[in-house]
Amino acid sequence: MSLDSSAAISLRDVSVTFAGGAGGNVEALQGIGLDIQPGEFISLIGPSGCGKSTLLRVVADLLQPTAGAVSLTGKTPQEARQDRDYGMVFQAATLLDWRKVLANIELPLEIMGLDNVERQAKANAMLELVQLSGFSDHYPWQLSGGMQQRVAIARALVFEPSILLMDEPFGALDEMTREHMQMEVLNIWRSTGTTVLFVTHSIPEAVFLSTRVVVMSARPGRITDVIDIDLEHPRRFETREDNRFFQLLTEVREALRRVESES
Amino acid sequence: MKKLRANGPAVMVFFGGIALWEIVVRAFSIQGFILPAPSAVVTALIQQRAALLQAGIGTFLTALGGLVLGAVLAVAAAMAAVRWAALRDASMTVAIAANSTPIIVLAPVANSWFGILSPWSGLTVVAVLVFFPIMINLVKGLLSVSATQLELMHSYGAPDGRILRSLRTPSALPFLFSALRVAAPLSLIGAIVKEYFGGSQERLGQFITSKASLFQFEEAWAAIVVASAVGILFYRVIAAAERRIIPWHASMRSG
Repeated sequence: MSLDSSAAISLRDVSVTFAGGAGGNVEALQGIGLDIQPGEFISLIGPSGCGKSTLLRVVADLLQPTAGAVSLTGKTPQEARQDRDYGMVFQAATLLDWRKVLANIELPLEIMGLDNVERQAKANAMLELVQLSGFSDHYPWQLSGGMQQRVAIARALVFEPSILLMDEPFGALDEMTREHMQMEVLNIWRSTGTTVLFVTHSIPEAVFLSTRVVVMSARPGRITDVIDIDLEHPRRFETREDNRFFQLLTEVREALRRVESES
Repeated sequence: MKKLRANGPAVMVFFGGIALWEIVVRAFSIQGFILPAPSAVVTALIQQRAALLQAGIGTFLTALGGLVLGAVLAVAAAMAAVRWAALRDASMTVAIAANSTPIIVLAPVANSWFGILSPWSGLTVVAVLVFFPIMINLVKGLLSVSATQLELMHSYGAPDGRILRSLRTPSALPFLFSALRVAAPLSLIGAIVKEYFGGSQERLGQFITSKASLFQFEEAWAAIVVASAVGILFYRVIAAAERRIIPWHASMRSG
């Protein structure tokens, strides 16, 4: 089957094998096939070592697959990276310590060669989107973990990419901040129309955020289930108390249990 | 007021030590060539102030010039070592070996290369002395960027030059400053020891050796005090530059 060029992200038979030491080669990903349509919010969930972060890096062209084909909006990952079609958010905020908040958000625009006025206008608009307008002059260490991650999201979106890749972005945050950030990401997703590929190991987070949840197994990393999340949009705080929410949690949990018992 | 309270104990220990020194020298009638009394050193300091000022400035300029020269060469070498991995492994091994050698033995050699009165002999000794600690620290600093930071830059399609400018160089600055804090006193040692091996009379090293050979130990000690003051001043200048240039660094955050 060929790549779906109208998809935001299309993966066909993608495998990644790491040349291992004593234990021989490690098959991190095996035969991954997935089409993500523009505007979808997809979560990748699975036990640690299932290769979900590896898959994200293959999409981002930070890692070459051993076999298979990948396209982003019909382009190769390398073209997409050079055209800055995606923004990326990591588990650590990865802000540059020596830059104040606004200058951190301006970084990708600087690399793109935009002039000062345009950079500041765009960065300020993003700062407003993540509700940190008063903090443009702060250094990263002066912000809480949640605020730092909001700056990282602003930085990933400031050049208006059509795709947002997020690698366990809220993994280091406390539960309350986390739920708050989830709501904020959903608001940004709806207002920008960005396609989101989101790696997480939290079942409630995956269900609450996504249009589809992709369940993966470990050793080798494969896709075992794709679960449609038919909760209504916009998701609200009360969505987490909805019966359907609990049913979907159970569905994802059981899919993950099947994965565990197989391996 | 707060500052006074914080520095109070240090000031008391300093002046207490001086007073004790004076008392011990007088009480046991210690000879001046073993240990002159602080009061005698202060007297010599005042009498010789013009000569000492000139010598202090002369030695300081040699130390500063050599430090700048050594630092510029070390920055260039570190950048090359980071850019070409093959060069890095070779040059770091040599740098670490060279850093373990007492490079000060170069002083008489430099004198014969450039001539005893040439400013280049002093500058060379100091530059060689400070080159290795700065280079080793800088290479470490330039390589101190995290894998995620590099992934971030690659995700923007940033070329190597941009990564060097926007990521590696700022990450290396704290390493550069801690190297300079070590190198500043080292540069003074290099300058003064080179002067022990000959050169202009208007330098601290020559001042100390000539006064000592004439049994004018109060004056030699006065020159030691000047050398120490220049060293402290040098260190403070670098610390102030550090506060201005990397105010974002963890070591600069007031608690």
